[in-house]
Amino acid sequence: MKPAPALAEGFPDLSGMRIAREPHWFRWISAALIVLVLAAIVRAFANGQIEWSYVSRFLTVKAILEGIVNTMVMAVLAMMLGIFLGIVVAIMRLSPNPVLKTVAAGYTWLFRGTPLILQLLLWFNLALVFPTIGIPGLWSARAVDVMTPFLAALLGLGINQGAYTSEVMRAGMLSVDIGQYEAAQAIGMGRLRALRRIVLPQAMRVVIPPLGNEFIGMVKATSLASVIQYPELLHNAENIYYANSRVIELLIVAGLWYLLVVSILTPLQMLLERRFARGTLRLAR
Amino acid sequence: MTKPLVAIRTVSKNFGEFQALRGVSLDVWPGEVMCLIGASGSGKTTLLRCINQLAMIDSGGIWLDGELLGVREHGGKLHRLSEREIGRQRLKTGMVFQRFNLFPHKTALENITEGPTQVQGRKLDEVRTEALELLRRVGLAAKSDSYPAQLSGGQQQRVAIARALAMKPMLMLFDEPTSALDPELVGEVLAVMKELAKSGMTMMVVTHELGFAREVADRVVYMDQGAIVEQGRASDVLGAPREERTKAFLSAVI
Repeated sequence: MKPAPALAEGFPDLSGMRIAREPHWFRWISAALIVLVLAAIVRAFANGQIEWSYVSRFLTVKAILEGIVNTMVMAVLAMMLGIFLGIVVAIMRLSPNPVLKTVAAGYTWLFRGTPLILQLLLWFNLALVFPTIGIPGLWSARAVDVMTPFLAALLGLGINQGAYTSEVMRAGMLSVDIGQYEAAQAIGMGRLRALRRIVLPQAMRVVIPPLGNEFIGMVKATSLASVIQYPELLHNAENIYYANSRVIELLIVAGLWYLLVVSILTPLQMLLERRFARGTLRLAR
Repeated sequence: MTKPLVAIRTVSKNFGEFQALRGVSLDVWPGEVMCLIGASGSGKTTLLRCINQLAMIDSGGIWLDGELLGVREHGGKLHRLSEREIGRQRLKTGMVFQRFNLFPHKTALENITEGPTQVQGRKLDEVRTEALELLRRVGLAAKSDSYPAQLSGGQQQRVAIARALAMKPMLMLFDEPTSALDPELVGEVLAVMKELAKSGMTMMVVTHELGFAREVADRVVYMDQGAIVEQGRASDVLGAPREERTKAFLSAVI
Protein backbone atom coordinates (compact mmCIF):
# COMPACT_ATOMS: atom_id res chain seq x y z
CA MET A 1 0.00 0.00 0.00
CA LYS A 2 1.26 3.49 -0.83
CA PRO A 3 1.70 5.91 2.11
CA ALA A 4 -0.90 8.75 2.21
CA PRO A 5 0.43 11.89 0.48
CA ALA A 6 1.60 14.73 2.76
CA LEU A 7 -1.19 17.25 3.59
CA ALA A 8 -0.95 20.80 2.27
CA GLU A 9 0.16 23.60 4.68
CA GLY A 10 -1.95 26.59 5.76
CA PHE A 11 -5.04 24.84 7.13
CA PRO A 12 -4.92 24.97 10.96
CA ASP A 13 -6.40 22.29 13.20
CA LEU A 14 -9.81 23.51 14.42
CA SER A 15 -10.63 20.53 16.60
CA GLY A 16 -11.12 21.56 20.24
CA MET A 17 -12.64 24.95 19.29
CA ARG A 18 -16.31 25.55 20.04
CA ILE A 19 -18.87 27.52 18.04
CA ALA A 20 -19.64 30.70 20.01
CA ARG A 21 -23.19 31.56 21.14
CA GLU A 22 -24.60 34.59 19.34
CA PRO A 23 -26.19 37.21 21.62
CA HIS A 24 -29.50 37.42 19.62
CA TRP A 25 -30.22 41.02 20.70
CA PHE A 26 -33.32 41.29 18.55
CA ARG A 27 -34.97 38.30 20.22
CA TRP A 28 -34.46 39.81 23.67
CA ILE A 29 -35.84 43.20 22.63
CA SER A 30 -38.90 41.79 20.87
CA ALA A 31 -39.66 39.48 23.81
CA ALA A 32 -39.43 42.41 26.22
CA LEU A 33 -41.80 44.48 24.04
CA ILE A 34 -44.35 41.67 23.93
CA VAL A 35 -44.21 41.29 27.73
CA LEU A 36 -44.79 45.05 28.10
CA VAL A 37 -47.82 44.98 25.78
CA LEU A 38 -49.30 41.99 27.62
CA ALA A 39 -48.73 43.71 30.98
CA ALA A 40 -50.52 46.80 29.69
CA ILE A 41 -53.50 44.71 28.56
CA VAL A 42 -53.67 42.90 31.92
CA ARG A 43 -53.45 46.24 33.74
CA ALA A 44 -56.21 47.70 31.60
CA PHE A 45 -58.52 44.81 32.42
CA ALA A 46 -57.55 44.85 36.10
CA ASN A 47 -58.50 48.54 36.35
CA GLY A 48 -61.50 48.26 34.02
CA GLN A 49 -65.12 47.83 34.97
CA ILE A 50 -64.72 44.17 35.83
CA GLU A 51 -65.35 42.77 39.27
CA TRP A 52 -62.78 39.96 39.34
CA SER A 53 -64.22 38.68 42.60
CA TYR A 54 -67.35 37.74 40.62
CA VAL A 55 -65.28 35.78 38.13
CA SER A 56 -63.63 33.68 40.82
CA ARG A 57 -66.89 33.31 42.75
CA PHE A 58 -68.90 32.11 39.73
CA LEU A 59 -66.12 29.97 38.24
CA THR A 60 -67.22 26.96 40.29
CA VAL A 61 -70.92 27.51 41.03
CA LYS A 62 -73.22 24.57 40.44
CA ALA A 63 -74.94 25.96 37.32
CA ILE A 64 -71.60 26.58 35.60
CA LEU A 65 -70.23 23.15 36.51
CA GLU A 66 -73.43 21.51 35.28
CA GLY A 67 -73.13 23.60 32.13
CA ILE A 68 -69.62 22.37 31.38
CA VAL A 69 -70.69 18.76 32.01
CA ASN A 70 -73.64 19.18 29.63
CA THR A 71 -71.36 20.82 27.07
CA MET A 72 -68.93 17.90 27.18
CA VAL A 73 -71.66 15.25 27.13
CA MET A 74 -73.22 16.89 24.09
CA ALA A 75 -69.87 17.42 22.33
CA VAL A 76 -68.84 13.77 22.81
CA LEU A 77 -72.22 12.29 21.81
CA ALA A 78 -72.69 14.59 18.81
CA MET A 79 -69.12 13.90 17.67
CA MET A 80 -69.70 10.13 17.95
CA LEU A 81 -72.85 10.48 15.87
CA GLY A 82 -70.93 12.68 13.43
CA ILE A 83 -68.04 10.22 13.05
CA PHE A 84 -70.43 7.30 12.60
CA LEU A 85 -72.39 9.15 9.92
CA GLY A 86 -69.16 10.43 8.41
CA ILE A 87 -67.71 6.95 7.95
CA VAL A 88 -70.96 5.56 6.52
CA VAL A 89 -71.38 8.49 4.13
CA ALA A 90 -67.72 8.39 3.04
CA ILE A 91 -68.03 4.66 2.24
CA MET A 92 -71.25 5.38 0.31
CA ARG A 93 -69.50 8.19 -1.55
CA LEU A 94 -66.68 5.86 -2.64
CA SER A 95 -69.00 2.99 -3.56
CA PRO A 96 -69.50 2.04 -7.21
CA ASN A 97 -73.29 2.15 -6.64
CA PRO A 98 -74.66 5.41 -8.19
CA VAL A 99 -77.69 5.47 -5.86
CA LEU A 100 -75.55 5.38 -2.71
CA LYS A 101 -73.17 7.92 -4.22
CA THR A 102 -75.95 10.37 -5.00
CA VAL A 103 -77.59 10.00 -1.58
CA ALA A 104 -74.23 10.65 0.10
CA ALA A 105 -73.48 13.70 -2.03
CA GLY A 106 -76.99 15.06 -1.40
CA TYR A 107 -76.62 14.66 2.37
CA THR A 108 -73.32 16.52 2.39
CA TRP A 109 -74.73 19.23 0.14
CA LEU A 110 -77.82 19.81 2.31
CA PHE A 111 -76.19 19.84 5.75
CA ARG A 112 -73.07 21.74 4.79
CA GLY A 113 -75.12 24.20 2.78
CA THR A 114 -77.26 25.59 5.61
CA PRO A 115 -76.19 27.34 8.83
CA LEU A 116 -75.88 25.11 11.89
CA ILE A 117 -77.98 27.44 14.04
CA LEU A 118 -80.79 27.22 11.47
CA GLN A 119 -80.63 23.41 11.56
CA LEU A 120 -80.80 23.45 15.36
CA LEU A 121 -83.88 25.68 15.28
CA LEU A 122 -85.52 23.44 12.66
CA TRP A 123 -84.99 20.28 14.73
CA PHE A 124 -86.21 22.00 17.87
CA ASN A 125 -89.34 23.27 16.12
CA LEU A 126 -90.07 20.02 14.31
CA ALA A 127 -93.36 19.84 16.20
CA LEU A 128 -94.65 22.71 14.07
CA VAL A 129 -94.34 20.47 11.01
CA PHE A 130 -95.24 17.10 12.52
CA PRO A 131 -97.40 17.48 15.64
CA THR A 132 -97.15 13.74 16.26
CA ILE A 133 -94.35 11.43 15.21
CA GLY A 134 -93.97 7.67 15.33
CA ILE A 135 -94.29 4.43 13.42
CA PRO A 136 -97.88 3.98 12.16
CA GLY A 137 -99.71 1.32 14.18
CA LEU A 138 -96.79 0.66 16.49
CA TRP A 139 -95.90 3.73 18.44
CA SER A 140 -96.56 7.46 18.33
CA ALA A 141 -95.95 10.45 20.52
CA ARG A 142 -96.36 14.20 20.52
CA ALA A 143 -93.36 15.75 18.82
CA VAL A 144 -93.01 18.43 21.54
CA ASP A 145 -92.48 15.68 24.11
CA VAL A 146 -89.95 13.76 22.02
CA MET A 147 -87.96 16.67 20.60
CA THR A 148 -86.38 17.87 23.84
CA PRO A 149 -83.59 20.45 23.70
CA PHE A 150 -81.16 17.58 24.30
CA LEU A 151 -82.39 15.51 21.36
CA ALA A 152 -82.71 18.52 19.06
CA ALA A 153 -79.14 19.60 19.89
CA LEU A 154 -77.79 16.07 19.43
CA LEU A 155 -79.47 15.60 16.05
CA GLY A 156 -78.65 19.11 14.85
CA LEU A 157 -74.97 19.02 15.87
CA GLY A 158 -74.36 15.35 15.05
CA ILE A 159 -75.96 15.28 11.63
CA ASN A 160 -74.28 18.53 10.64
CA GLN A 161 -70.94 17.19 11.89
CA GLY A 162 -71.46 14.01 9.86
CA ALA A 163 -71.50 16.04 6.65
CA TYR A 164 -68.11 17.58 7.43
CA THR A 165 -66.61 14.39 8.88
CA SER A 166 -67.57 12.40 5.77
CA GLU A 167 -65.23 14.56 3.71
CA VAL A 168 -62.43 14.16 6.24
CA MET A 169 -62.96 10.37 6.19
CA ARG A 170 -63.11 10.27 2.41
CA ALA A 171 -59.81 12.15 2.20
CA GLY A 172 -58.29 9.65 4.63
CA MET A 173 -59.48 6.64 2.65
CA LEU A 174 -58.23 8.14 -0.62
CA SER A 175 -54.81 8.62 0.99
CA VAL A 176 -54.38 4.85 1.40
CA ASP A 177 -52.45 3.27 -1.46
CA ILE A 178 -54.57 1.40 -4.03
CA GLY A 179 -52.18 -1.56 -3.62
CA GLN A 180 -53.62 -2.04 -0.12
CA TYR A 181 -57.11 -2.68 -1.53
CA GLU A 182 -55.63 -5.06 -4.08
CA ALA A 183 -53.61 -6.97 -1.49
CA ALA A 184 -56.74 -7.27 0.68
CA GLN A 185 -58.75 -8.52 -2.30
CA ALA A 186 -55.99 -10.94 -3.24
CA ILE A 187 -56.38 -12.71 0.12
CA GLY A 188 -60.12 -12.95 -0.55
CA MET A 189 -61.49 -9.97 1.37
CA GLY A 190 -64.68 -8.27 0.19
CA ARG A 191 -64.90 -4.50 -0.21
CA LEU A 192 -66.35 -3.78 3.22
CA ARG A 193 -64.01 -6.08 5.12
CA ALA A 194 -61.02 -4.60 3.29
CA LEU A 195 -62.24 -1.13 4.28
CA ARG A 196 -62.77 -2.08 7.92
CA ARG A 197 -59.64 -4.17 8.51
CA ILE A 198 -57.07 -2.65 6.15
CA VAL A 199 -58.03 0.77 4.79
CA LEU A 200 -59.78 2.52 7.71
CA PRO A 201 -57.06 1.75 10.28
CA GLN A 202 -54.51 3.32 7.95
CA ALA A 203 -56.81 6.22 7.12
CA MET A 204 -57.25 6.96 10.84
CA ARG A 205 -53.64 8.07 11.10
CA VAL A 206 -54.32 10.73 8.49
CA VAL A 207 -57.74 11.82 9.75
CA ILE A 208 -56.96 12.25 13.46
CA PRO A 209 -55.42 15.73 13.20
CA PRO A 210 -58.41 17.14 11.23
CA LEU A 211 -60.85 15.22 13.46
CA GLY A 212 -59.16 16.77 16.51
CA ASN A 213 -59.82 20.13 14.89
CA GLU A 214 -63.45 19.18 14.27
CA PHE A 215 -63.91 18.01 17.88
CA ILE A 216 -62.52 21.27 19.27
CA GLY A 217 -64.90 23.04 16.92
CA MET A 218 -67.72 20.85 18.22
CA VAL A 219 -67.00 21.73 21.89
CA LYS A 220 -67.52 25.38 21.02
CA ALA A 221 -70.37 24.76 18.55
CA THR A 222 -72.44 23.30 21.42
CA SER A 223 -72.77 26.91 22.63
CA LEU A 224 -75.16 27.43 19.69
CA ALA A 225 -77.52 24.99 21.42
CA SER A 226 -78.14 27.76 23.98
CA VAL A 227 -80.67 29.17 21.49
CA ILE A 228 -82.81 26.03 21.87
CA GLN A 229 -82.63 26.03 25.68
CA TYR A 230 -80.11 23.21 26.03
CA PRO A 231 -78.47 23.92 29.43
CA GLU A 232 -74.87 23.95 28.28
CA LEU A 233 -72.12 26.23 29.58
CA LEU A 234 -72.92 29.44 27.71
CA HIS A 235 -76.66 29.05 28.25
CA ASN A 236 -76.19 28.71 32.01
CA ALA A 237 -73.75 31.62 32.13
CA GLU A 238 -76.30 33.77 30.29
CA ASN A 239 -79.04 32.78 32.74
CA ILE A 240 -76.86 33.93 35.61
CA TYR A 241 -76.06 37.31 34.07
CA TYR A 242 -79.71 37.88 33.16
CA ALA A 243 -80.26 37.74 36.94
CA ASN A 244 -77.24 39.67 38.25
CA SER A 245 -76.19 41.80 35.23
CA ARG A 246 -72.51 40.73 35.57
CA VAL A 247 -72.32 40.12 31.81
CA ILE A 248 -68.58 40.37 31.18
CA GLU A 249 -67.64 38.51 34.36
CA LEU A 250 -69.76 35.50 33.42
CA LEU A 251 -68.61 35.53 29.80
CA ILE A 252 -65.05 35.41 31.11
CA VAL A 253 -66.01 32.47 33.36
CA ALA A 254 -67.40 30.61 30.34
CA GLY A 255 -64.37 31.54 28.23
CA LEU A 256 -61.96 30.23 30.87
CA TRP A 257 -63.77 26.89 30.96
CA TYR A 258 -63.77 26.51 27.17
CA LEU A 259 -60.03 27.29 27.14
CA LEU A 260 -59.37 24.73 29.88
CA VAL A 261 -61.28 21.98 28.08
CA VAL A 262 -59.54 22.64 24.76
CA SER A 263 -56.15 22.71 26.51
CA ILE A 264 -56.83 19.23 27.90
CA LEU A 265 -57.97 17.89 24.54
CA THR A 266 -54.77 18.72 22.66
CA PRO A 267 -52.50 16.24 24.50
CA LEU A 268 -55.27 13.63 24.31
CA GLN A 269 -55.17 13.96 20.54
CA MET A 270 -51.42 13.33 20.56
CA LEU A 271 -51.97 10.11 22.51
CA LEU A 272 -54.51 8.95 19.91
CA GLU A 273 -52.13 9.82 17.07
CA ARG A 274 -49.44 7.69 18.66
CA ARG A 275 -51.91 4.78 18.94
CA PHE A 276 -52.69 4.88 15.23
CA ALA A 277 -49.12 5.49 14.09
CA ARG A 278 -48.40 1.76 14.57
CA GLY A 279 -45.87 0.52 12.05
CA THR A 280 -45.10 3.93 10.56
CA LEU A 281 -41.95 4.60 12.57
CA ARG A 282 -39.04 2.38 11.69
CA LEU A 283 -37.76 1.90 15.21
CA ALA A 284 -40.98 2.40 17.18
CA ARG A 285 -41.89 -0.63 19.18
CA MET B 1 -55.78 -37.47 -18.57
CA THR B 2 -55.01 -34.52 -16.34
CA LYS B 3 -56.69 -31.23 -16.93
CA PRO B 4 -55.01 -27.86 -17.01
CA LEU B 5 -55.24 -25.95 -13.71
CA VAL B 6 -55.72 -22.73 -15.66
CA ALA B 7 -57.33 -22.62 -19.08
CA ILE B 8 -57.31 -19.23 -20.79
CA ARG B 9 -59.35 -18.96 -23.99
CA THR B 10 -59.35 -15.98 -26.42
CA VAL B 11 -59.16 -13.45 -23.60
CA SER B 12 -59.23 -9.76 -24.51
CA LYS B 13 -58.92 -6.79 -22.21
CA ASN B 14 -58.95 -3.10 -23.10
CA PHE B 15 -58.11 -0.08 -21.01
CA GLY B 16 -59.97 2.61 -22.93
CA GLU B 17 -58.35 2.70 -26.38
CA PHE B 18 -55.43 0.56 -25.30
CA GLN B 19 -55.67 -3.17 -26.09
CA ALA B 20 -53.86 -4.85 -23.22
CA LEU B 21 -54.76 -8.41 -24.22
CA ARG B 22 -55.78 -9.53 -27.74
CA GLY B 23 -57.35 -13.00 -27.77
CA VAL B 24 -54.85 -14.74 -25.55
CA SER B 25 -55.20 -18.54 -25.13
CA LEU B 26 -53.00 -20.56 -22.80
CA ASP B 27 -53.02 -23.63 -20.53
CA VAL B 28 -51.16 -23.94 -17.26
CA TRP B 29 -50.74 -27.48 -16.01
CA PRO B 30 -50.67 -28.59 -12.36
CA GLY B 31 -47.17 -28.30 -10.92
CA GLU B 32 -45.93 -26.25 -13.84
CA VAL B 33 -43.69 -23.21 -13.35
CA MET B 34 -44.35 -20.73 -16.11
CA CYS B 35 -42.39 -17.52 -16.64
CA LEU B 36 -43.98 -14.72 -18.63
CA ILE B 37 -41.50 -12.36 -20.23
CA GLY B 38 -41.86 -9.35 -22.50
CA ALA B 39 -41.51 -5.59 -22.60
CA SER B 40 -43.61 -3.43 -20.28
CA GLY B 41 -47.07 -2.95 -21.77
CA SER B 42 -46.98 -6.36 -23.44
CA GLY B 43 -49.91 -7.59 -21.32
CA LYS B 44 -48.18 -10.12 -19.06
CA THR B 45 -49.09 -8.34 -15.81
CA THR B 46 -52.63 -7.77 -17.06
CA LEU B 47 -52.94 -11.50 -17.74
CA LEU B 48 -52.03 -12.28 -14.12
CA ARG B 49 -54.43 -9.64 -12.80
CA CYS B 50 -57.22 -11.14 -14.89
CA ILE B 51 -56.58 -14.59 -13.42
CA ASN B 52 -57.11 -13.36 -9.87
CA GLN B 53 -59.78 -10.89 -11.04
CA LEU B 54 -58.15 -7.66 -9.93
CA ALA B 55 -58.95 -6.79 -13.56
CA MET B 56 -62.11 -8.03 -15.29
CA ILE B 57 -61.72 -9.42 -18.80
CA ASP B 58 -63.78 -7.92 -21.63
CA SER B 59 -64.25 -11.10 -23.64
CA GLY B 60 -63.21 -14.73 -23.66
CA GLY B 61 -63.03 -16.96 -20.61
CA ILE B 62 -60.66 -18.14 -17.90
CA TRP B 63 -61.22 -21.45 -16.10
CA LEU B 64 -59.39 -22.14 -12.85
CA ASP B 65 -59.56 -25.69 -11.51
CA GLY B 66 -62.40 -26.31 -13.98
CA GLU B 67 -64.46 -23.34 -12.75
CA LEU B 68 -65.27 -20.38 -15.00
CA LEU B 69 -63.99 -17.18 -13.36
CA GLY B 70 -66.01 -14.04 -12.67
CA VAL B 71 -69.14 -14.99 -14.61
CA ARG B 72 -71.82 -17.68 -14.79
CA GLU B 73 -73.39 -18.90 -18.00
CA HIS B 74 -77.15 -18.91 -17.83
CA GLY B 75 -79.72 -18.86 -20.63
CA GLY B 76 -77.16 -18.12 -23.32
CA LYS B 77 -75.84 -15.08 -21.44
CA LEU B 78 -73.00 -14.41 -19.03
CA HIS B 79 -73.91 -12.99 -15.61
CA ARG B 80 -71.34 -11.40 -13.35
CA LEU B 81 -70.75 -13.27 -10.09
CA SER B 82 -71.31 -11.53 -6.77
CA GLU B 83 -68.40 -10.01 -4.90
CA ARG B 84 -68.63 -12.85 -2.38
CA GLU B 85 -68.29 -15.54 -5.06
CA ILE B 86 -65.41 -13.70 -6.71
CA GLY B 87 -63.72 -13.55 -3.30
CA ARG B 88 -64.18 -17.32 -2.96
CA GLN B 89 -62.61 -17.89 -6.40
CA ARG B 90 -59.70 -15.60 -5.53
CA LEU B 91 -58.80 -17.85 -2.60
CA LYS B 92 -57.56 -20.45 -5.08
CA THR B 93 -54.82 -18.07 -6.18
CA GLY B 94 -52.12 -16.31 -4.20
CA MET B 95 -50.73 -13.03 -5.51
CA VAL B 96 -47.33 -11.48 -4.90
CA PHE B 97 -47.09 -7.87 -6.00
CA GLN B 98 -44.20 -5.92 -7.43
CA ARG B 99 -44.45 -3.38 -4.59
CA PHE B 100 -45.14 -5.99 -1.86
CA ASN B 101 -48.31 -4.27 -0.56
CA LEU B 102 -47.84 -5.57 2.96
CA PHE B 103 -50.28 -4.04 5.44
CA PRO B 104 -48.11 -1.39 7.12
CA HIS B 105 -50.14 -1.28 10.34
CA LYS B 106 -49.71 -4.98 11.02
CA THR B 107 -46.62 -6.99 11.99
CA ALA B 108 -45.13 -9.63 9.69
CA LEU B 109 -47.02 -12.31 11.62
CA GLU B 110 -50.29 -10.36 11.59
CA ASN B 111 -49.98 -9.84 7.83
CA ILE B 112 -49.89 -13.60 7.40
CA THR B 113 -52.67 -14.46 9.87
CA GLU B 114 -55.04 -11.75 8.62
CA GLY B 115 -56.43 -13.71 5.67
CA PRO B 116 -56.87 -17.13 7.31
CA THR B 117 -58.53 -15.66 10.42
CA GLN B 118 -60.63 -12.92 8.79
CA VAL B 119 -61.59 -14.48 5.48
CA GLN B 120 -61.50 -18.20 6.22
CA GLY B 121 -62.67 -17.73 9.81
CA ARG B 122 -60.03 -20.03 11.25
CA LYS B 123 -58.77 -19.97 14.86
CA LEU B 124 -55.85 -17.64 15.54
CA ASP B 125 -53.95 -20.25 17.60
CA GLU B 126 -53.74 -22.81 14.84
CA VAL B 127 -53.14 -20.15 12.14
CA ARG B 128 -50.33 -18.62 14.19
CA THR B 129 -48.48 -21.93 14.31
CA GLU B 130 -48.75 -22.26 10.53
CA ALA B 131 -47.73 -18.64 10.03
CA LEU B 132 -44.60 -19.07 12.14
CA GLU B 133 -43.75 -22.17 10.12
CA LEU B 134 -44.20 -20.16 6.89
CA LEU B 135 -41.97 -17.39 8.24
CA ARG B 136 -39.36 -20.00 9.05
CA ARG B 137 -39.69 -21.36 5.52
CA VAL B 138 -38.95 -17.93 4.01
CA GLY B 139 -36.09 -17.47 6.49
CA LEU B 140 -37.71 -14.79 8.65
CA ALA B 141 -38.59 -16.64 11.85
CA ALA B 142 -36.87 -13.91 13.88
CA LYS B 143 -38.86 -11.09 12.27
CA SER B 144 -42.39 -12.15 13.19
CA ASP B 145 -43.04 -9.08 15.36
CA SER B 146 -41.45 -6.54 13.00
CA TYR B 147 -43.58 -4.05 11.10
CA PRO B 148 -43.06 -3.83 7.32
CA ALA B 149 -41.30 -0.47 7.65
CA GLN B 150 -38.68 -2.19 9.82
CA LEU B 151 -37.90 -4.78 7.13
CA SER B 152 -35.76 -4.54 3.99
CA GLY B 153 -37.45 -4.83 0.59
CA GLY B 154 -36.31 -8.42 0.19
CA GLN B 155 -37.64 -9.32 3.64
CA GLN B 156 -40.95 -7.61 2.92
CA GLN B 157 -41.35 -9.54 -0.31
CA ARG B 158 -40.63 -12.81 1.48
CA VAL B 159 -43.31 -11.96 4.06
CA ALA B 160 -45.66 -11.21 1.16
CA ILE B 161 -44.96 -14.66 -0.29
CA ALA B 162 -45.68 -16.23 3.11
CA ARG B 163 -48.90 -14.19 3.34
CA ALA B 164 -50.06 -15.53 -0.03
CA LEU B 165 -49.11 -19.13 0.90
CA ALA B 166 -51.06 -18.91 4.18
CA MET B 167 -54.30 -19.08 2.19
CA LYS B 168 -53.18 -22.47 0.78
CA PRO B 169 -53.63 -21.46 -2.87
CA MET B 170 -53.53 -23.91 -5.79
CA LEU B 171 -51.77 -21.36 -7.97
CA MET B 172 -49.24 -18.67 -7.10
CA LEU B 173 -49.07 -15.54 -9.22
CA PHE B 174 -45.93 -13.40 -9.07
CA ASP B 175 -46.07 -9.94 -10.64
CA GLU B 176 -42.46 -8.85 -11.16
CA PRO B 177 -41.62 -9.86 -7.59
CA THR B 178 -38.04 -8.60 -7.73
CA SER B 179 -38.38 -5.48 -9.89
CA ALA B 180 -38.70 -3.09 -6.94
CA LEU B 181 -35.74 -4.57 -5.09
CA ASP B 182 -32.16 -3.41 -4.77
CA PRO B 183 -29.94 -5.77 -6.80
CA GLU B 184 -28.32 -7.35 -3.74
CA LEU B 185 -31.77 -8.32 -2.34
CA VAL B 186 -33.05 -10.08 -5.48
CA GLY B 187 -31.29 -13.36 -4.73
CA GLU B 188 -32.99 -14.04 -1.38
CA VAL B 189 -36.47 -13.66 -2.94
CA LEU B 190 -35.61 -15.85 -5.94
CA ALA B 191 -34.24 -18.48 -3.56
CA VAL B 192 -37.60 -18.66 -1.77
CA MET B 193 -39.38 -18.92 -5.13
CA LYS B 194 -37.06 -21.72 -6.27
CA GLU B 195 -37.76 -23.64 -3.07
CA LEU B 196 -41.48 -23.14 -3.67
CA ALA B 197 -41.16 -24.38 -7.28
CA LYS B 198 -39.35 -27.49 -6.04
CA SER B 199 -42.17 -28.21 -3.60
CA GLY B 200 -44.47 -28.67 -6.61
CA MET B 201 -46.45 -25.42 -6.45
CA THR B 202 -48.00 -24.28 -9.73
CA MET B 203 -46.57 -20.84 -10.45
CA MET B 204 -47.00 -18.09 -13.02
CA VAL B 205 -44.17 -15.60 -12.76
CA VAL B 206 -43.97 -12.31 -14.62
CA THR B 207 -40.30 -11.50 -14.49
CA HIS B 208 -37.31 -9.84 -16.07
CA GLU B 209 -34.95 -12.28 -14.32
CA LEU B 210 -34.03 -14.44 -17.32
CA GLY B 211 -31.53 -16.36 -15.23
CA PHE B 212 -34.33 -17.44 -12.91
CA ALA B 213 -36.50 -18.35 -15.90
CA ARG B 214 -33.73 -20.45 -17.41
CA GLU B 215 -33.07 -22.28 -14.18
CA VAL B 216 -36.57 -22.82 -12.78
CA ALA B 217 -39.22 -22.43 -15.48
CA ASP B 218 -40.80 -25.45 -17.14
CA ARG B 219 -42.10 -23.14 -19.83
CA VAL B 220 -41.29 -19.58 -20.91
CA VAL B 221 -43.95 -17.47 -22.63
CA TYR B 222 -42.89 -14.38 -24.53
CA MET B 223 -45.62 -11.77 -24.96
CA ASP B 224 -45.71 -8.65 -27.09
CA GLN B 225 -48.51 -6.14 -27.70
CA GLY B 226 -51.11 -8.16 -25.82
CA ALA B 227 -50.46 -11.47 -27.56
CA ILE B 228 -48.32 -14.58 -27.05
CA VAL B 229 -45.53 -14.51 -29.63
CA GLU B 230 -43.56 -17.58 -28.67
CA GLN B 231 -43.56 -20.21 -25.94
CA GLY B 232 -41.72 -23.37 -25.09
CA ARG B 233 -38.97 -24.80 -22.91
CA ALA B 234 -36.75 -22.15 -21.33
CA SER B 235 -33.69 -23.42 -23.16
CA ASP B 236 -35.51 -23.15 -26.52
CA VAL B 237 -37.19 -19.77 -26.10
CA LEU B 238 -34.25 -18.11 -24.35
CA GLY B 239 -31.47 -20.06 -26.02
CA ALA B 240 -32.72 -20.45 -29.58
CA PRO B 241 -35.71 -18.16 -30.20
CA ARG B 242 -37.49 -18.66 -33.53
CA GLU B 243 -39.45 -15.42 -33.76
CA GLU B 244 -37.74 -12.18 -34.79
CA ARG B 245 -39.54 -10.20 -32.06
CA THR B 246 -38.32 -12.64 -29.38
CA LYS B 247 -34.78 -12.34 -30.67
CA ALA B 248 -34.99 -8.56 -30.65
CA PHE B 249 -36.37 -8.52 -27.09
CA LEU B 250 -33.75 -10.91 -25.76
CA SER B 251 -30.86 -9.08 -27.36
CA ALA B 252 -32.18 -5.83 -25.88
CA VAL B 253 -32.50 -7.32 -22.38
CA ILE B 254 -29.24 -9.26 -22.11
